[in-house]
This record gives sequence, C-alpha cells and structure tokens, in this order.
Amino acid sequence: MVTFYDRTFESRFLLGTARYPSPEALAESVRRSGAEIVTVSLRRETVGGAKAGHAFFDLIKRLGVTVLPNTAGCHGAREAITTAQMAREVFDTPWIKLEVIGDDETLQPDPFALVEAARALSADGFQVFPYMTDDLVLAEKLMEAGCRVLMPWGAPIGTGKGLNNPYALTLLRRHFPEATLVVDAGIGAPSHAAAAMELGYDAILLNTAVATAGDPPAMAEAFAEAIRAGRRAHEAGLMAETDLAVASTPVFGTPFSPFAG
Amino acid sequence: MRVRLNGEIVETAADDLPGLLAELEFDPAVVATAVNGDFVPRTARAGVRLEDGDKVEVISPRQGG
Repeated sequence: MVTFYDRTFESRFLLGTARYPSPEALAESVRRSGAEIVTVSLRRETVGGAKAGHAFFDLIKRLGVTVLPNTAGCHGAREAITTAQMAREVFDTPWIKLEVIGDDETLQPDPFALVEAARALSADGFQVFPYMTDDLVLAEKLMEAGCRVLMPWGAPIGTGKGLNNPYALTLLRRHFPEATLVVDAGIGAPSHAAAAMELGYDAILLNTAVATAGDPPAMAEAFAEAIRAGRRAHEAGLMAETDLAVASTPVFGTPFSPFAG
Repeated sequence: MRVRLNGEIVETAADDLPGLLAELEFDPAVVATAVNGDFVPRTARAGVRLEDGDKVEVISPRQGG
C-alpha cells in the first residue's frame, strides 16, 4: 500500500497519458500497468467547443482511475497557480502535480518558483505533488511549504537516461522517511524503475518509456513487474555491498586445502 | 471589441465572459477560464465584464505526463 496525502493505493506505478500511438493503446497500457493513478493536463481549447477535451476526458473516466493533473509547461509561480486552480475545477480534485519549468533545454524545474507556488497552493487547500530536482534543501523547503509528497527527477523528462544521481536520491530517502517519494521523469527502462524502488522509493511516475515503446501495453506490464520486484527487494532487505569477494560456498573442508579442516 | 483568446486576437460582440464562451461555442461546463492571468471560477463568470485587449484563456482536459 502506498499513501498520497489521505488516500491509499495498491499500485506504486503512476502512468502518464501523453504520446501514445492511439487512444486504444493508451487505454490498454493503463489497464495492463495496473496503475490506479494517471497524470493529465490542461491545454487551450480550440474555438467551436470542447470536443478534444470531451473525448479525452470521457476515455479517462471510462478507465476508472484517479487523475493527477499537472501544470506542465508553466514557467512561473503565477502561471502555475492559475493553472492549478483551473485544474481543480475541471478535474474536481485537490491534487496537483506542480511543474514550474526553469530551463527549456533540460526542462529542469525552477526551485524558487516551485517553492513559492507550492506554499500558495498548499495554503489554498491543494495537495501538491512537486516535480523537483533531487536537491536536499529544496526538498526541505517544499516540506515546510506543506508538501507530503516529493517527486524528484531521475533524469530530465523524456530522456530515458534512468537514475542520474542515485546518491542524491538515496540521501533524500534517508532524510525524509515519512514523505511519500516518487521518482518522476527520466525513467527509460524497467531496470531503472526497479533500481529506484530498491532505493526505497514509494512509487514511480513515467510516461514516455511506455508511450513510445514498440508495444506500449506490453511495456506497461514490464514496468509493473519491475516496480513490484524492486519494492519486494527493498522490503526483503538488500545485502550489504563489499569491495572484496566473499566466498558463498563454505571454506571449511575445501578438498586439497593445505590447512586442516 | 477585440480580445486575445488563447493567444489569438478575436473580434467579439460579447461584453462579458459567458457571452464570449457562448459566441465561440465553448461548452461552459467542460472548460475552465482565466482572464488576464487570474482564474475565473465557473460560478463567477457571469460577473466578469470584458474590455478591449483583455487576455482570455479557455482550457480543457488533455493528455499529460
């Protein structure tokens, strides 16, 4: 079980809904991922109705999952706050994946605007899921701002590079045992997701690695298995790493040994 | 009057936000709105008069990561 604010879920896999080859591939990927939470966004509606929005939202409703709206593409605190307010009305949820972009090439979050927006939104009753770098002090400030969930990147969005800084991610886990920690962004392969779960992360949020796979639904299932395996490994307690070899077969009684025994 | 709707300049006869949404055939129950950067809740749209040059955002649900 994993807790996001006051709600608990079985699945530790949060799936994005963008970039799939078809709506059918999206629906089937969500089903086979076992994800109970999917991310969604808001975009400008074309003149003449809300048809594109209608069709997409109907599809999501049919999947029976919880939605986590994002503020993707926002570049300042004010923009992000207004987008969050619009998302709360459209999706009828206090949840918001808070994204405030500070650099367009890396889509690196702007930590200063992120904290400012997180503070304002928390005070306004939102439950904020901040998309952040893996900076320890930033995490501290976000917790102070009212966040109970933190979502550090593994690598920049859409790069598939995996966990760029496992050391920083490990430190975050150690410093914030009570926070719900999610690796969000940069995950390219199921092995990356498993590695993050082995570090003790509570959940994984990804999109591109499934949506742009050769067979998205099959990849969704592969990620679900990797996330379960990583979590089980963490709960089982991983062995301690050593620098020198330690024989696994008992040394005592080795044939032809010059020593007795 | 001209307003900037979703980044594009449009000519409108409407003088308030509900009028603009109706004129452009947006579904008022599905979209969310902001005027000049401030969120306008559904319940508050009726009181929002528009002026020449106002920036209006009309958004709806979409795929996202």
